[in-house]
Amino acid sequence: MAVPNQAVPTTVAGSVPAAFQVNDRLVELDLDPRESLLDVLRERLGMTGTKKGCDHGQCGACTVHIDGRRVVSCLTPAVQVRGTTVTTIEGVAGPDRELHPLQQAFIDNDALQCGYCTPGQIMSGLACIAEGHADTDDRAREYLSGNLCRCGAYEGIIAAVRGCSAQGTAEEVSG
Amino acid sequence: MRAFTYTEPGTVTEAVAALAAAGPGARFLAGGTTLYDLMKLGVEAPAAVVDVHRIAGLATIDTSGPAELVFGGGARMADVAEDPVLLRDYPALAESLAKAASQQLRTMATVGGNLLQRTRCAYFRGGRPFACNKREPGSGCAAREGLDRGHAVLGISDACIATYPGDWAIALIAFDAVVDVLGPAGERTVPLAQLHVEPGEHPEREHTLAPGELILRIRVPTTGTGRGSTYHKIRDRESYAFALTSAAAAVALDADGTVTDARLALGGVATVPWRAAEAERSLVGQPLSPDASRRAGEIVFADAVVGTSNGYKIELGIRTVVDALRIAGERATQ
Ligand SMILES: Cc1cc2nc3c(=O)[nH]c(=O)nc-3n(C[C@H](O)[C@H](O)[C@H](O)COP(=O)(O)OP(=O)(O)OC[C@H]3O[C@@H](n4cnc5c(N)ncnc54)[C@H](O)[C@@H]3O)c2cc1C
Ligand code: SF4
Ligand code: FES
Ligand code: FES
Repeated sequence: MAVPNQAVPTTVAGSVPAAFQVNDRLVELDLDPRESLLDVLRERLGMTGTKKGCDHGQCGACTVHIDGRRVVSCLTPAVQVRGTTVTTIEGVAGPDRELHPLQQAFIDNDALQCGYCTPGQIMSGLACIAEGHADTDDRAREYLSGNLCRCGAYEGIIAAVRGCSAQGTAEEVSG
Repeated sequence: MRAFTYTEPGTVTEAVAALAAAGPGARFLAGGTTLYDLMKLGVEAPAAVVDVHRIAGLATIDTSGPAELVFGGGARMADVAEDPVLLRDYPALAESLAKAASQQLRTMATVGGNLLQRTRCAYFRGGRPFACNKREPGSGCAAREGLDRGHAVLGISDACIATYPGDWAIALIAFDAVVDVLGPAGERTVPLAQLHVEPGEHPEREHTLAPGELILRIRVPTTGTGRGSTYHKIRDRESYAFALTSAAAAVALDADGTVTDARLALGGVATVPWRAAEAERSLVGQPLSPDASRRAGEIVFADAVVGTSNGYKIELGIRTVVDALRIAGERATQ
């Protein structure tokens, strides 16, 4: 992690200077403490891969990783990611844009229809595998239940995550 | 969202001082999954926020001691849920966390913030024009004449029938947990059973912490009864939903199968975490039979008051108690 941790005493009204990593990019911004990480990603950094479904922690469409752990970015005040590394769906493919095995598995297993929930499903699926919670169908279902799919592609999603888990291909991205 | 002053102190002492200095209406921010959510809805509008989510030492988990289990107020739900000692010796505590919210939320949310989460009553969250005595004292209660399917049947008042939504506090109260808090006047200990208050005439007052008191840690006395325990949670869907009814149950049995210790608390049905002491006493000294369990459930709901659409919670709640005691009994004999 290249960014210094900024968890030092700070009192700021209005705007908070922030530095954090998003995928392979170092971001420096002045943040309004009201801004969510989701809005900063989408509206200020132009990274629209992360989706806004409910904006209240209920659907999982906005799932990203902070220092390797999955969170809902809509309920993360952006000021809380100062000094951390955020991984979004844009950071999942390889350096030459080749799809990550879990992305490929979503295609192979027909794990999406409209695709709106898919970035969140993939970020959640990667974390689920890395946590060791994708070792059985039931456990994978339980630990992916925070990601709703309006199109009902659940069977394909579980198949994709379980298949990838069995191949042990997720670790390389959870960072 | 109302603008607010944001502070991130480095220690608990600084956090308490910062909150006191910020004046009335200031709030601690931990995972934000309740507070920031309600700020987005305009239901909470603090003028100042003191962020405690990465204070070193606030997130410590220590389940190795002989006398008590200790959970820092800032420990994450996801981490406590997977503690190996809890999984083995206190499954009810671990399950109450694992069956709450989703893994994304559990990695953010803290076990201290969890205790103070606020009701999911739609009229409370919905803001104006809905009348809500909890949000706006004296304005009335829209749930009384409205959609009350999720609302409480125990501990209610004319002013408010909102359910206490959390799971963790239900399991904790069954195990006699206490909470250590630090305020401007120093440290003190509050039994969990005295943390939450029924709505009465003041539903806006939900707990007994003074403004500015920080939850340092939750402590649970160790007990062998923990092994025979479960947190049984009935939801509209199998996962990722608040409880319609839930029961934390624990039993210890002697060699003949007679109950020597029983713990029972209910969620989803009451305005506060609901310890069922009389039902517990009815179980002790008897074999753990389905009939005795059913009687215990009936005792819990003897004084229940139902509204328009939540009457089902009585029979469902009784059956939840029966199932929970059966699971606990099986674990106690394993
Ligand atoms: C979609 C969704 C589903 C959910 N499902 C469930 C569920 O099924 N079961 C369940 O139990 N919960 C559920 N929750 C609630 C969730 O568990 C709580 O919001 C969470 O535990 C609160 O912790 P936090 O750290 O995010 O607290 P915050 O939101 O940061 O704070 C909550 C309150 O506690 C205060 N506070 C925080 N930390 C401290 C401290 N150390 N000392 C004193 N005061 C403090 C804050 O000032 C605030 O008033 C759900 C939430 C969402 C959004
Ligand atoms: S039940 Fe309580 S929280 Fe819900 S509208 Fe009535 S007063 Fe408000
Ligand atoms: S947009 Fe964040 S959970 Fe729905
Ligand atoms: S693919 Fe459409 S919501 Fe999941």
